[in-house]
Amino acid sequence: MIRVFIPRDAAALAVGAEAAARAVGREASKRGAAVEIVRTGSRGLFWLEPLIEVQTAQGRVAYGPVAADDVAGLFDAGFLDGGAHRLSLGDIAAYPWLKQQTRLTFARCGIVDPLSVADYVAHGGLQGLKRALEIGHAATLGEVIQSGLRGRGGAGFPTGIKWKTVAEAKADRKYVVCNADEGDSGTFADRMVMEGDPMSLIEGMAIAAFAVGASKGYVYSRSEYPHANVTFAQALDAVRATGGLGPHAFGPNNPFDIELRIGAGAYVCGEETALLESLEGKRGQVRVKPPLPAHKGLFGRPTVINNVLSLASVPWILANGAASYAAFGLGRSRGTMPIQLAGNVKYPGLYECAFGVTLGELVNDIGGGTRSGRPVRAVQVGGPLGAYFPPALFDTPFDYEAFAARDGLIGHGGIVVFDDSVDMRAQARFAFEFCAIESCGKCTPCRIGSTRGAEAIDKLESARDAELIEDLCETMKFGSLCALGGFTPYPVLSALKYFPEDFEKEAAAPARAAAG
Amino acid sequence: MSQAEWNEARAEAVIAPLAGLEGPLLPMLHALQAAFGCISDAAIVFLAERLNLTRAEVYGVVSFYHDFRRAPAGRRVVKVCRAEACQSVGGPAAAEALLAAHGLDWGQTSADGALTIEPVYCLGLCAVAPAALIDGEPVGRLDAAKLKAAVAA
Repeated sequence: MIRVFIPRDAAALAVGAEAAARAVGREASKRGAAVEIVRTGSRGLFWLEPLIEVQTAQGRVAYGPVAADDVAGLFDAGFLDGGAHRLSLGDIAAYPWLKQQTRLTFARCGIVDPLSVADYVAHGGLQGLKRALEIGHAATLGEVIQSGLRGRGGAGFPTGIKWKTVAEAKADRKYVVCNADEGDSGTFADRMVMEGDPMSLIEGMAIAAFAVGASKGYVYSRSEYPHANVTFAQALDAVRATGGLGPHAFGPNNPFDIELRIGAGAYVCGEETALLESLEGKRGQVRVKPPLPAHKGLFGRPTVINNVLSLASVPWILANGAASYAAFGLGRSRGTMPIQLAGNVKYPGLYECAFGVTLGELVNDIGGGTRSGRPVRAVQVGGPLGAYFPPALFDTPFDYEAFAARDGLIGHGGIVVFDDSVDMRAQARFAFEFCAIESCGKCTPCRIGSTRGAEAIDKLESARDAELIEDLCETMKFGSLCALGGFTPYPVLSALKYFPEDFEKEAAAPARAAAG
Repeated sequence: MSQAEWNEARAEAVIAPLAGLEGPLLPMLHALQAAFGCISDAAIVFLAERLNLTRAEVYGVVSFYHDFRRAPAGRRVVKVCRAEACQSVGGPAAAEALLAAHGLDWGQTSADGALTIEPVYCLGLCAVAPAALIDGEPVGRLDAAKLKAAVAA
């Protein structure tokens, strides 16, 4: 039986992975070839998707991008034995784009069968939980604190400190909640984990629950991720079947279980307190802090709430030790960051590396510049609330503090590249529009400010006359309850600052026409 | 998208497996919408009674979330991403062409009930943008012609 690995990652499906898989199955039965098709996550090299790998005597051999029409030719070329073909990529792990990465969180993604506990264990899974159970609650907390891991959802708060607060809180029950409401445009790492290595998230949540003394976990995912939700639910069932989740998860009568919940299309539910409200069955409106979720979170109980990537990084930290993780990185940004290159970029995908790589290296060297072949004009880092950086700022290292110092943010690690046809006035307006559509309505600067901001941009004659918008942004930044209203000024003000020429009413139209 | 006449016995059966959940309102709304195609007034009254909430509270939740519909969608639902990554590679032009071809605006359903086109803000398919979800199936690397063909397929 020859194993053929074909992704069922949603982005691979979006470019024909399902059709390719069906074609491989059809062709194999036609030719009487004994083939076992394993549906994996994605390796994260999306310009090569659908990327098919074959297990041969010499190791895994990759082919891509494989359209359904190519499959008969691949069989003719003997691809089941690693035969040469124009789509041959050889050993994908040796491919420079992948080889240069430091894959800790994404070590297994695209390689393992996401629904097989045995495969997970064979690739190093469950070592972290095993060690946590051996060293006990306090030492587990100590490891996470010493690793320097900070919240990968965007806020960058030290994960271990958050856990310690929950561990020290007294309550009849505690919760671990995973924020999988990955709504930022340009980000897809959470989705890839849930589709490609869901058990790393389950293990990370189990370690968190063990460390703080929680017995119930929730994953709050998005309705926009139907495939991730199916895979993750199946992975939960697979782990439950082995007893890894359930009444004896941490030993006899020491329970832990995880429930998957799906949002309903509200971006603001990615904000942690809005997410908790939504889990409780309410409108996803932001809570006033304090109290912090670590003290009074879900149903008023102490709650660890972490992003998918934070939790999925924990098994590696426990298995390999805090010092090994902290050895990667720069300044106060320790470890690795799964960076997502997206939009108008030649080599889009998941690039996990230590903090400190510069924005220019990411966009030009790793990303290969634009897909359109035109010059890069602007790069939005950190989702819809992130600043637009011009190439002049490409020396900025990927690090929480370095981006903050330049009025930007790394957020969830998404980078969206735009070429010179972009209209930055339209992008600034969209930032306000998006905030108006998604505002939860609880605080006035966000609810009203976003709509007034879009109107003010329509009336603007020149970037020089932008005092009103700057003043409004000041109010939103310091007066909003959460990051939605508070960070919408980042894309707006950066567009005004670095691309003032796009706000000249007279000059803008011909310039855009020429570019378009 | 399945559609069915409101039927209280069926609604009871749909929410019964969810009764033991903590904070069950969203899972129940999803389940009822999946069964009946939308959240009708009858469904709001039904859930308010079952969960000991006011109708206003249930309505408040239904109206807050973009996913919950008060009227059934078309037989085919197309969710086109309008967020930045798709904007950077011609998403808006492809979307505009689709809307124009069907004479629809965002969120509208065609008069014959065949098609609903909705905006969505990020499908996590940003590496294969522009992207859309057609009856739950993802499509990527779109342009106007490919999007139109995928919707017609």
